[in-house]
Amino acid sequence: MVNGLNLAFQYLQGFSVLVLAAVGLAIIFGIMGVINLAHGEFIMVGAYATVFGYHDLGLPLVASMALAVGVTAAFGMVVERLLIKRTYGRLFDSMVVTLGLSLVLSQGMLVLRGTSEPSVPTPFGTISYGAFSQSVYRVALALAAVAVLVGVYWLFTRTEYGIRARATIQDEGTARALGVRTERVYSTTFAIGSALAGLAGALLAPIVSVTPTMGGTYLVKSFVVVVVGGPSVVLGTGLSGGLLGAVDAVVTNVYGQTAGSIVLLVVTVVVIRFFQDGVTGFTDRVRDRLAREGT
Amino acid sequence: MGTDAFPTGVLGRFEGPNTVGSGTRFWAALAVTVVALLAYPSVVGPFAAGQLTRYLVSAFLALSLAFVWGYAGILSFGQNAFYGLSGYAFAVVVGNLASPLGTTVGVGVAILFGALSALVLGYFMFYGGVRDVYVTITTLVVTIVLNTYGKTASQVFVGSVNLGGDTGVGIGEITLGAGPATYTLVQPATYYVIVAVLLATYLGLRALVNSDFGRVMVAIREDEDRAEMLGYDVKFRKLVVFTIGGGIAGLGGVTYMAWGYSITPEVVFSAAAAAYPVVWVSVGGRKTLSGPIVAAVAIEWLRTTASVQFPEFAKIGVGVLMIASILLLPDGVVPGLRGASRYFDRHGLADGSRLAIDRARRAVGRRVGGPIAVDESSEVVQE
Repeated sequence: MVNGLNLAFQYLQGFSVLVLAAVGLAIIFGIMGVINLAHGEFIMVGAYATVFGYHDLGLPLVASMALAVGVTAAFGMVVERLLIKRTYGRLFDSMVVTLGLSLVLSQGMLVLRGTSEPSVPTPFGTISYGAFSQSVYRVALALAAVAVLVGVYWLFTRTEYGIRARATIQDEGTARALGVRTERVYSTTFAIGSALAGLAGALLAPIVSVTPTMGGTYLVKSFVVVVVGGPSVVLGTGLSGGLLGAVDAVVTNVYGQTAGSIVLLVVTVVVIRFFQDGVTGFTDRVRDRLAREGT
Repeated sequence: MGTDAFPTGVLGRFEGPNTVGSGTRFWAALAVTVVALLAYPSVVGPFAAGQLTRYLVSAFLALSLAFVWGYAGILSFGQNAFYGLSGYAFAVVVGNLASPLGTTVGVGVAILFGALSALVLGYFMFYGGVRDVYVTITTLVVTIVLNTYGKTASQVFVGSVNLGGDTGVGIGEITLGAGPATYTLVQPATYYVIVAVLLATYLGLRALVNSDFGRVMVAIREDEDRAEMLGYDVKFRKLVVFTIGGGIAGLGGVTYMAWGYSITPEVVFSAAAAAYPVVWVSVGGRKTLSGPIVAAVAIEWLRTTASVQFPEFAKIGVGVLMIASILLLPDGVVPGLRGASRYFDRHGLADGSRLAIDRARRAVGRRVGGPIAVDESSEVVQE
């Protein structure tokens, strides 16, 4: 029973890390069709900004996290203007450019700040049961992940920007002809995606070691979630985060961290072998079939 | 390619629309390059030759990516993973069968292992209907996961060989042969062997991409659906191409071991390592074979020199080069140079420069603040 609780906490953390890391990437990929290979480094920038705000500027933790979100959003805007904009419609080229950017960012951060950062305290304290104690922050993280998903859902269904963005995905030419400034949609989207990466970095800063090379791990996690999740941003990220979080928690608990990431990869390859559009591609098909049978 | 001579004779097999360079001038230039490469160790001494050996080893990786990406449109960040897997496989075989015959067998096994890894990964991707960008992502993820695994596998034994985690695996001298007839490969012989194998690989690939098979590869690169509609088994062809690419990368992995006698995860599986081949190929020109070789040697030389002087900035330099080459020279340097020489042949030097400057000015103007087209079709009309 006690081990079951441990596993539950492990699961909550696995789920929240996957969802938080992936959602920014999912938005940018879903709307712009751009694969940002520097996504992990954007998360790294968010984590660094949090540490910087907390230790160097002496801000409270929440303010440091807000600073991190602001910094990565602004950074994303600059990157979009200078690099991404020039490679629209050239998917492979945008991947090469963003991989180059990721090298520059991780190595640049190493030059600027050295190999490791002072740690940020984990808020909320711990709860104990039996011989174990767990950080309450893990629960808070899972709530934050769910809140982010709800927020993204609201953003894309209830706001002016969301409607324009969905029009742009559906038919860019028509959206333009109807007066949607798709370029602005793209740059806003990229900024939002970057801000979410920054938020992920900020929220994870208290529980992981902040290093210049931390991006690679999160890049893997977020790609796995996006690929398994399929076309629908909110449902896909939530479902595949839930599924892969469970796999990750069990395997990591039993066999350790490395086995966890290998099994994630294997699960992903198997999933795309059988469900080419990921989990939501499958749920869409089921829904269509049910709808046909209903009428 | 209209101005290229129609390929004839024995050399014709190695010429065609899919490679840059043809005719007497090209073959003379290639012969001069080979002679210069063969003379290099006696001129500069064994140390510099050893350095150049490593750059030439990189050229195998560049060729393998140029073949897969440039000719079949499969952007893979996994070529260096196959390269690394072959290197490890070679070390494992050599470590377990410590005999000249074992080493000789190891060469074959390692190359096959690279090809086989590509075959397995390719099967799951192509027959799983994984599309273009997902292929790229999957290969990158595989590489990063191999890196994570390789770094922690410090007490993993394959037979009697420890994979060694961060410190990797080392091997002793390479002695090839069987029974009494053995030969120990040391510099500068290693250098000559690698030059010869590289030349053979280059010529083999030239023949392959200019054959019917190569034409179908290019058709797939240009329009996968159309190639499929014309009756080609696109999945199968891509799998074959990917497997050959893995084999060439594997060959590179073996030559890497022959050069350096040791291998670590950082060198072959890190994200930076995955990026380097893409840099060489995109700078050199991905739709050529000679461009990536030249770029690999030149960039590796630059990077090594730079990392002696400024160890921290070399990686940043590679990243910047990657970004700059895509934004400024999307087709690469070699096609860019060829285009420029044709352009000036046609317009003369003075007129040509004036026209080129005008054109660049218009292009920049359009990018910064020019009119924005309503959809893709009108942009096509503008050009």
